[in-house]
Amino acid sequence: MQKMPKRYYALFTLPTIIAFLLSFFIPFLLGIYLSFTKFTTVTDSQWVGFSNYIRAFSEDQNFLNAMIFTIKFALVSVVLINVFAFSLAVLLTRKIKGTNLFRTVFFMPNLIGGIVLGYIWQLIINGILINFGVDITYSANYGFWGLVVLMNWQMTGYMMVIYIAGIQGISPELIEAAKIDGANSWQVLKGVIIPMVMPAVTICTFLTVSNSFKLFDQNLALTAGAPARASSMLALDIFNTFYGRNGYEGVGQAKAVVFFLFVAIIVLLQLRLTRNQEVEN
Amino acid sequence: MSKKLFNMISIVLIAVFVLAACAAPTAVPATQAPATAATVAATTAAPSATTGGEVYYLNFKPEIADVYTKIAAEYLKETGVTLKVVTAASGTYEQTLKSEMAKSDAPVLFQINGPVGYAAWKDYCLDLKNTDLYKHLTDKSLAVTSGDGVYGIPYAIEGYGIIYNNAIMTKYFALSGAKATSMDQINNFATLKAVVEDMTAKKAQLGIKGVFSSTSLKTGEDWRWQTHLANLPIFYELKDESYDLSKGTPSEITFKYADNFKNIFDLYLNNSVTGSKLLGSKSVDDSMAEFALGESAMVQNGEWAWSQIKGVTGNTVKEQDVKFLPIYTGVTGEEKQSISVGTENFFAINSKATPEKQKLAENFIYWLYSSDAGKKFVVSDLGFIAPFDTFSDTEKPTDPLSKEVLRYSSNTNLYNVAWDFTVFPSQTFKNDFGGVLLQYAQGNKTWADVTKLVVDEWKTEAANATK
Repeated sequence: MQKMPKRYYALFTLPTIIAFLLSFFIPFLLGIYLSFTKFTTVTDSQWVGFSNYIRAFSEDQNFLNAMIFTIKFALVSVVLINVFAFSLAVLLTRKIKGTNLFRTVFFMPNLIGGIVLGYIWQLIINGILINFGVDITYSANYGFWGLVVLMNWQMTGYMMVIYIAGIQGISPELIEAAKIDGANSWQVLKGVIIPMVMPAVTICTFLTVSNSFKLFDQNLALTAGAPARASSMLALDIFNTFYGRNGYEGVGQAKAVVFFLFVAIIVLLQLRLTRNQEVEN
Repeated sequence: MSKKLFNMISIVLIAVFVLAACAAPTAVPATQAPATAATVAATTAAPSATTGGEVYYLNFKPEIADVYTKIAAEYLKETGVTLKVVTAASGTYEQTLKSEMAKSDAPVLFQINGPVGYAAWKDYCLDLKNTDLYKHLTDKSLAVTSGDGVYGIPYAIEGYGIIYNNAIMTKYFALSGAKATSMDQINNFATLKAVVEDMTAKKAQLGIKGVFSSTSLKTGEDWRWQTHLANLPIFYELKDESYDLSKGTPSEITFKYADNFKNIFDLYLNNSVTGSKLLGSKSVDDSMAEFALGESAMVQNGEWAWSQIKGVTGNTVKEQDVKFLPIYTGVTGEEKQSISVGTENFFAINSKATPEKQKLAENFIYWLYSSDAGKKFVVSDLGFIAPFDTFSDTEKPTDPLSKEVLRYSSNTNLYNVAWDFTVFPSQTFKNDFGGVLLQYAQGNKTWADVTKLVVDEWKTEAANATK
């Protein structure tokens, strides 16, 4: 059985590679090419150079506003989600009754699709705000915090599961050794647990950062950018640019390329930063 | 030997799965399959290699999507031609059309919404002036033309105005101190305002929560204001300038009738079932439900809304009580103003399709509006008021609001408010107009902000459209 993988692995991975090329890689390259052109449907296009990129930023403030909104949202969400998830993970790795039940319950929101989630939270938030005589579209701030709450609710469970796996991977001898040396719970947490779960921190931060930037379904369902695009995030802005008027498909594509570069740089920086913190085991 | 056999079988299985996936029909892209899969006509299973051929129609109106299944079955029976109808989900027609047109099996029959739609799709629109259907169009000025060519044939005439519940109005007129005693007296904005505000004061006696249904300003649900209501001030401005609509979008407007728009919009906001700060979450369905349940006495909408009103559970509105009132805004001479009748639904045939397919499409639309079976579908199931002379006077839709549209359009004493909104610069302009109206309703922006945005954006969007 050991010889088999080596001889046939190329054939076995071929379907996946083909799927990856067709559904991701080739459209990606096509998208980069189209961002330098003016086109209506994907098959007719004229080269226009960088003018799409210039128009994306100069014609109106929508893209920049969406970028600022998304950055703020990402910062707040990443910190909150990871803090909550880690705290829950620490609590639920103790020997108390019902940890499995709690873990399941906290994880379940992650299974609900984005559109349904956005719609339900919109109903809930409007139900609360109506007591103040307003609704969620009254101010972009309501949309912002609504999205933060929604994102936390959805992602905390998933990150918690990853942190639990990380914590469970720490060998008990380290913790016992620390306790023998006289460390209290807080010092054990700071000195032993956190450094040892750094790989999990890397993964969770990466996932929360990229999910926050890519957020679309929930944004569309919760506020659809109201009022007047003030709560529109990057993905929704790109979508609106592409389909909103004729002649702007190239600009939408250019925005998408900028979006990709932006997120890629942030994520790569973040990965390098947290990788350096990981402890060799 | 068995290991080798096992490997071979695995590879063959994987190859079979991959090839089976590749061979699956790809008529509809995966991302849009959920929205449109349910509406592909049953007859698409028939192979298109039959002598009949196929007509692929991309339908705009989700509310009548199911009717096309029946039409397709009947058409196949009568002519042997397969009709494939795909319906775009509400508000996604342009996107769906864009994606479908890029394919080798593109729609041969689709629709454009007027001059602006034609400008976007002119490379794909066939000249229809020699088709049978165009010859039977009663009012040739309704078609979308460019130079000598005809590129869009209107397939349904529609009208909108203020729909009111006559039962509640009669109740009001019977109250002491009523500002009017019959609907005929309400023929200008001043009277309308007096009556509406008096009704708001007496709403407990009338058993309503507000005179008007909610002014739905949720994103995507605000078309009644940024398109239909906005049509009135633009109509009057373009009328003053004797602007020729076939020239397309004017490069700029002054929005001189902005105050008239404000008159009626404020009336809608201040005499409504819902407070003006809560309108960002209200949809058209909410408004129609409020009217149907008797919570409001008036709602602005078009004759297509009748099926919505009828379909609400607990509907208390009777057919004979549902009527139209023109939308008065305070313009001089508006006593002679009618409701707004026009069309933004034009058939277009794909000029890049093969001549055989184009002919099949022409035959289908002519059949729909001239054959007995087709006309029956149009009148009873689709509910279209068809602008063709192939329809006799007895072959018109019988729902109450369509009858009202016909009553108003045949009244030669009143002038129609034409559908000038077909030359609004772009969907983005309309969406942004709706956005600022929401902020005005919430009290976050002033009316001056609204007028500034309308004038500025009209100019930039009209200029962008020509880039």
